[in-house]
Amino acid sequence: MAHAQTEVKPIVTRNQAVGWLRQMLLIRRFEERSAKLYQNQKIGGFCHLYNGQEPIAVGSIGVLREDDYVITAYRDHGHAIARGMDVKIAMAELLGKEAGCSKGKGGSMHFFDVEKGFLGGHAIVGSHIPLAAGVAFAIKYRGEDRVCICYFGDGAMNQGALHEAFNMASLWKLPVIYVCENNGVSMGTHLHRHSCLLDLTIRGGTAYGIPGVTIDGHDIELMAKTTREAAARARAGEGPTFIDAKTYRFRGHSMSDPAKYRSKEELEQAKQRDPILLYETILKERGWVDDALLEDLHEKVKHEVEESIDFAEEAPEPSLSTLFDDITVAPHIPQE
Amino acid sequence: MPVLHYREALTQAMTEEMERDDRVFLMGEEVAEYNGAYKVSQGMLDQFGARRVVDTPVSESGFSGIGLGAAMVGLRPIIEFMTYSFSLVAFDQLVNNAANLRYMSGGQFAVPIVFRGSSGMAGNLGATHSHRPEPWFANVPGLTIMMPATPADAKGMLKTAIRSDDPVLFIEHENLYGMRGEVPDGEHLVPLGKANIVRQGSDVTIITYSRSLYTSLKAAEQLAGEGIEAEVIDLRTIRPLDLDTLLGSVVKTHRAVIVEENWPYCGLGAGVADRIYQVAFDELDAPIRRVTARDAPIPYNSKLEAAVLPSVERVVAQVHDVLYRKV
Repeated sequence: MAHAQTEVKPIVTRNQAVGWLRQMLLIRRFEERSAKLYQNQKIGGFCHLYNGQEPIAVGSIGVLREDDYVITAYRDHGHAIARGMDVKIAMAELLGKEAGCSKGKGGSMHFFDVEKGFLGGHAIVGSHIPLAAGVAFAIKYRGEDRVCICYFGDGAMNQGALHEAFNMASLWKLPVIYVCENNGVSMGTHLHRHSCLLDLTIRGGTAYGIPGVTIDGHDIELMAKTTREAAARARAGEGPTFIDAKTYRFRGHSMSDPAKYRSKEELEQAKQRDPILLYETILKERGWVDDALLEDLHEKVKHEVEESIDFAEEAPEPSLSTLFDDITVAPHIPQE
Repeated sequence: MPVLHYREALTQAMTEEMERDDRVFLMGEEVAEYNGAYKVSQGMLDQFGARRVVDTPVSESGFSGIGLGAAMVGLRPIIEFMTYSFSLVAFDQLVNNAANLRYMSGGQFAVPIVFRGSSGMAGNLGATHSHRPEPWFANVPGLTIMMPATPADAKGMLKTAIRSDDPVLFIEHENLYGMRGEVPDGEHLVPLGKANIVRQGSDVTIITYSRSLYTSLKAAEQLAGEGIEAEVIDLRTIRPLDLDTLLGSVVKTHRAVIVEENWPYCGLGAGVADRIYQVAFDELDAPIRRVTARDAPIPYNSKLEAAVLPSVERVVAQVHDVLYRKV
């Protein structure tokens, strides 16, 4: 498998690389603290953490334009933060507060941020994949050169909605980038037990005449390079790209999953290749960061996340009168 | 006033709205080159071109989602289901996405989209192609459901639906496409959420919608011959319900019969009756009666199918029942 972040000539500037590292650290810290808050029952419902998959969201969103669109599945905290969502409103949403990014109505799985072109946060597996094609349809309809990037897990490869959307996206050459965050397990069912082919580019790319590429999702610069190429194709009117980014999720499927379908040894081995540690090492080798800077980054994100928790805990609950708000644009008449 | 088919009234509504707003487009199976499975989009490809009249593969879930994604970023799609029986394949998109996107995003996104298509027991289509899906969707907050019964309403309601900033499920009836009636030219908008008192009467209120309006009107004529004056109300919008109009009538007649083509248990009329009972129980001189499809899958055989449908005889019998008349 090709690599980019270990190439002699980096594809990014120092500032960009340090910014990406900072974002990955922020996401990691956010997720670790979310896990604690979940265990303390401050966060309810289902909560799917992004630990281990950070380079995929950060590397790809990092090369998109501000006017592009981002849409993802329920494991959405990382993508929202990579897109620039303030961790305060992200944390407030997890705590169900009105100051949250979805006013406490969405929760962990339904983050939205219209200002950042962040279109959710979608919790039915595969259901948002046609939405992404629709956003791309609108881009093309208006003659714009924006793109829509859409993330989902390997489990979504088995939903009909994905295949319907892929066919139309390719048929109509829609400017959409489909990123399969292939962590090798659909909740608790490993790839070899849920997919008839292990090479997902055949099912997601070849089958629909969509260029497909498998990459190491731990390599943030390769993720960036691949996305940049896909975005250029999309903007040139050449249609969708399918990126199969191999990754590993360090936590269970959700906070309620003890992950008994894998061994401790497997997890420990995977953590040896923690993509954040890998990138820190690489940036040190390049002479772009040193221990002092790293310590400073860690301290800053820690502080930022703690601040977000203070903010979220102090923020008021939504009042009961908001129950009927924002159901429709027209006034909602409860049919009671 | 021009006389048009129900089908042509729908075509006119879409055409006028697409002429006035470039954000409006039509997408669905066979809508473009075939001119619509029921010819509702006749001539629209020629007028608007393939950018705005878009043929899709047979992928209801996929193209419903594509419409929703386009609506999230500001287009105003009209998505045609060849029949609403096929909307079942897209149920997730309608119930999870169309209805919830605004709420789940804390009001950040609007979904101005119309899903339209035929429905109902149209004759020998069997169990899979004869659905009356309105009660399934009417249960869902966030959706608006409109069902026109006349050519004039077909036009005026569809224009209103297209201009709505919220998702509208616009459910037509396959057997009404060929019906003719006067349709106002140009700007004709029927307000959302307003029922229509089609026939005035003082003895009993018949509440109905879509094709069942005609069964109800025939029953009302027959009842008039017996000296019973039925008030017939066409709901037009199924959700939100125009409860005020229903109550205004029930307070006058003190008796109500609901005529609907869907199944009895948890059917639409059950919900309508519940809402009337909650506020006007003391006004009623008899329990509300319902005439529905019989509780069986829709059979192919014509005689069996006719036995499933609400009939004039069954409506008359229920009116007699609420009037405590023995025939």
